[in-house]
Amino acid sequence: MVHVARENPLGSRASPQARRSANAVSNAVLEVRELVKQYPATLAVAGVSFSVPQGVCFGLLGPNGAGKTTTIEIMEGILPPTAGEVRYRGEPLGNRFREEAGILFQKTALQDFLTVRQSIALFRGLYTTGLDVDEVIRLCALEKLAGRDSRKLSGGQQQRLLLAIALVNDPAVLFLDEPTTGLDPQARRNFWELMQSIKARRKTIILTTHYMEEAELLCDEIVIMDRGRIIAQGPPRRLLHEHFAEVLLELPRQEFPAAARQLPLNIIDASDRVEISTHDLEATLRTLLEAKVPLTNLRIRPANLEDLFLELTGTELRP
Amino acid sequence: MIRRLLSVLHARNLEFLRDRGTLVFTLLLPVMLVIGMGFVFGGPERPLFKVGVLAGHPDRQAHPFLRERYVEFITLADESAALRKVTHQQIDLLVDLHAPPRYWVNTDSPKGYIVEKLLLAAEPAAVRQPVTGAAVRYVDWLFPGILGMNMMFSCLFGVGYVVLRYRKSGFLKRLHATPLTAFEFLSAQVLSRLGLILFVTAILYLGIGAIIGFHNAGNLLLLVLLGVVGALSMIALGLTIAARFSSEELVGGLLNVLTWPMMLLSGIWFSLEGSPRWVQWVAHVFPLTHVLDAARAVMLDGAGLPQIAPNLLYLAATALAFLAFGAWSFRWRIE
Repeated sequence: MVHVARENPLGSRASPQARRSANAVSNAVLEVRELVKQYPATLAVAGVSFSVPQGVCFGLLGPNGAGKTTTIEIMEGILPPTAGEVRYRGEPLGNRFREEAGILFQKTALQDFLTVRQSIALFRGLYTTGLDVDEVIRLCALEKLAGRDSRKLSGGQQQRLLLAIALVNDPAVLFLDEPTTGLDPQARRNFWELMQSIKARRKTIILTTHYMEEAELLCDEIVIMDRGRIIAQGPPRRLLHEHFAEVLLELPRQEFPAAARQLPLNIIDASDRVEISTHDLEATLRTLLEAKVPLTNLRIRPANLEDLFLELTGTELRP
Repeated sequence: MIRRLLSVLHARNLEFLRDRGTLVFTLLLPVMLVIGMGFVFGGPERPLFKVGVLAGHPDRQAHPFLRERYVEFITLADESAALRKVTHQQIDLLVDLHAPPRYWVNTDSPKGYIVEKLLLAAEPAAVRQPVTGAAVRYVDWLFPGILGMNMMFSCLFGVGYVVLRYRKSGFLKRLHATPLTAFEFLSAQVLSRLGLILFVTAILYLGIGAIIGFHNAGNLLLLVLLGVVGALSMIALGLTIAARFSSEELVGGLLNVLTWPMMLLSGIWFSLEGSPRWVQWVAHVFPLTHVLDAARAVMLDGAGLPQIAPNLLYLAATALAFLAFGAWSFRWRIE
């Protein structure tokens, strides 16, 4: 459950819901309060608040330009906010946070001419405590690449190395900013498997992504952002349940007759297809058959986060 | 803190040693300098008469000797420093025209012999005070300048562009997400470059020294100490430029703005004695001037620690000040 951080202390007469929220905040590893980031020409983050409970994988979702990376970089202590604050275990971000946080940026260059092992060892030397270099290499399946120049790795291997570096201090909280963007499908799936093994270690993970499949697979809780604001927050299943009690029927746009648009159906237009949302699948199918709509390429599926985003913003998630 | 600093230092050293192109260039430049010096200074010395005149002498018109043509007269205030110049044959004669007039001539100097004749023709009563000593050739005087110039370029450009590259690639941003502080990062860069500079300077010292037949008059360890403190100051100066900016053009321009005045005014090629006071004042702001003054004092005159202590203190103080300013103004990422 995602809980909005509250400025006012809750007294004994607070409602049960507010008390639950206060308990969750006290359990929060990170609290984001009224965060604003104003660039000269853009309001990148327009006052967002949420808290991240211990041990969850927390997703920040949204299209490019939604403010995800700006929000996560403020949470990482890399960018200063224009207003608002981020607290780690109840305190402003400081030395303890830097010791206990692991970070994988969207784009990172490493030092030239170092091998995979040497790159990991460099970062291991920057922390007081952490994992053994060999253990991190094993954890991220980099054994066969340990002696290779880090510039000569493929995209997926490079991301595994950057993840290894993010894990080298055995972090309590792990930030991953679009970790699989640019990877081929196989490398992405390998990375997800690796992420699930790290999740099993009960790390708190903050993940930004615009891959809904990734968020559905990995995230326990999500915040959906658009134009610097939060437009929905909660566990993915609950959000889907709240917005979609029905199933979706998909038909190719060119096979959907214009006359059928007059039918008493809940029609949603997507780019190359027409989607129909319904509680009563049988009745809807009957209506379509009676209207002689060709159903050869009909696809029936439950709603996903992509649909949720479309429902909330009226636009596709990936522009 | 030390552990973090050593981690970054070790990684930087590995990076440098494996970057074959830069490594070869860094080592080739001194070798080329050595060969160039051999060509330029392999020939005979050029004749030139120089006469030192102790300060406070009476009206120049009253002394026909001071109107001699083809002789350069240099006013010198410090008698002991002036005498050293006669001993080293950096000037051919030293005269004191207060009554009774006196002069010092190096009996080992052929040019001193000729200028002495000119003086005695004009001032027959001048009292002769002979000194002896082998000539300090221009090449000996220039030698510390060449070492210092190479050191300056390596200090300023070596660290400046490395830090800039790290910032542009995003590597600095990644380091910023760790407990590493700006001071620790900058100190590691300084120490890595310092080791390299000392190594290259040692090659130059031995190589050029062997070609020109140089003999160091002072303490070698004192020279090493001077090299360490001088290089620290100039590397830290380079870091103040690289601490903030993200444009190669801007950083390159700013480094040039620093290096060219030092090239011209720090006394690499010629002594600043006799130049306007403001030029000397400006020159003494530059760390390189202090490095060269102290290096020449040790290498040519055999000066000890007390004599060059003011230079060492100035260099140490500027090293700390530049490093502190660099850490304060440091930017981990492109703004």
